[in-house]
Amino acid sequence: MQGHWGDTLQPALVQHVELTAIAVGIGFALAFPLALLAHRYRPLEHPIGVLSALLYTIPSLALFQLLVPFTGLTWTTVEIALVSYTLVILFPNIVAGLHSAPDEVLEAARGMGLTRRQVLLKVELPLAVPAIVGGLRIAVVSTVAIATIAAFLLPDGLGYPIFLALKEPTPFKTEIYSAGALAVALALVCDGLLVALKRALVPWARKGLA
Amino acid sequence: MLIADTANLHTFVDAFRFIGDNPQFLATKALEQLELSGAALLIATAVALPVGVALGHLHRGSGIAIGASILGRGLPSLVLIAAFLTLLGIGFVNNMVALAVLGSGPILTNAYDSVERVDRDAVEAARGMGLTELQILGRIELPLALPLLFAGIRVAAVTIVATAPIAAIAGGGGLGDVIVNQASYRLAGVLGASICVMALSAVVFLALAAVQAAVTPRGLRGTSLIEIQSRKELQ
Repeated sequence: MQGHWGDTLQPALVQHVELTAIAVGIGFALAFPLALLAHRYRPLEHPIGVLSALLYTIPSLALFQLLVPFTGLTWTTVEIALVSYTLVILFPNIVAGLHSAPDEVLEAARGMGLTRRQVLLKVELPLAVPAIVGGLRIAVVSTVAIATIAAFLLPDGLGYPIFLALKEPTPFKTEIYSAGALAVALALVCDGLLVALKRALVPWARKGLA
Repeated sequence: MLIADTANLHTFVDAFRFIGDNPQFLATKALEQLELSGAALLIATAVALPVGVALGHLHRGSGIAIGASILGRGLPSLVLIAAFLTLLGIGFVNNMVALAVLGSGPILTNAYDSVERVDRDAVEAARGMGLTELQILGRIELPLALPLLFAGIRVAAVTIVATAPIAAIAGGGGLGDVIVNQASYRLAGVLGASICVMALSAVVFLALAAVQAAVTPRGLRGTSLIEIQSRKELQ
């Protein structure tokens, strides 16, 4: 494994982190305003939810291939697909988080004279943080996993050493196990970081849903 | 960037022509994929469902259930498929096992959650009336748990069907064979098969959504599939 670290695994790991970070970043930037909109105008929630559930069923390999005629064998292709998946995960979680404030709490906030915007910023958003971070955890872990499929299009990411090894008549086990272990470890580390983030952001919910 | 010029349109016209020219071939491949997926789903259900239900009934092992859901999402399918290829050799079995492992995560988590969450008062009342543990499970917990429990099987089924094309790289057959072999089938074939894969997943998703609606007890209807799913995502 040492022989492969510098020339194969390390660049693949860095690319994998980049693929994931871009996808989750853009996905969150799109999902958050959409969720605020759906929270404000409730009738929008159901159609967006159904659409996104259907979008999530599109197999990654097929989605990558179907984008190739438009954007070629590029990172853009991969990111469009990955962003779609993160969007689909993040949107319902953020919406559910925003809806989660109990009616009594909202009533009390309104009774104290808070405006609609203040209710959102001071009550609903803080209460939504656990659900939002929960959504981010799922999005990050899934994206780390799905990004390995990018190897079918691009020589990048942790999937590529595995993809190459599988093309051999007798698959190289070292590549499969080392790159595979790195992908799983990356997912677990990201997940751990987000759990820590949630603990820091919502100290009052320490015994909340993990 | 996303503007479809005529060249792109031609590619898709060719893809649909490929589908029109080879319906028999694609149907055979789709069936192959469904066989592999069905076998994997059966194994995953047979193993994960009893474990999840039992843990939920005993209100124990939430760590296992949460761990299964994280592992289920975090284990890259490509890694699983490759790892089982090195362990079990190339063919049907290695892919079936890899896909079964992938599918058992959501089944176990949802089975656990659905049973664990059943109203404890209802269970206590049943116990007070003298029902045995098995009767409680069969008459109270499982009927109430059914929608969420089935949602887990549905998620697993869609995950497995959607992942099966990737198994083509490890001798899994199915429509993925066409997608990973652009040299033989050209872009038209790759895109045609991708469209078929997409359609197949959508059909499985919609069919199981219909089954889920049908198995939901009348008293629990009105909670939409989306709600059940998003509540799940909150975990």
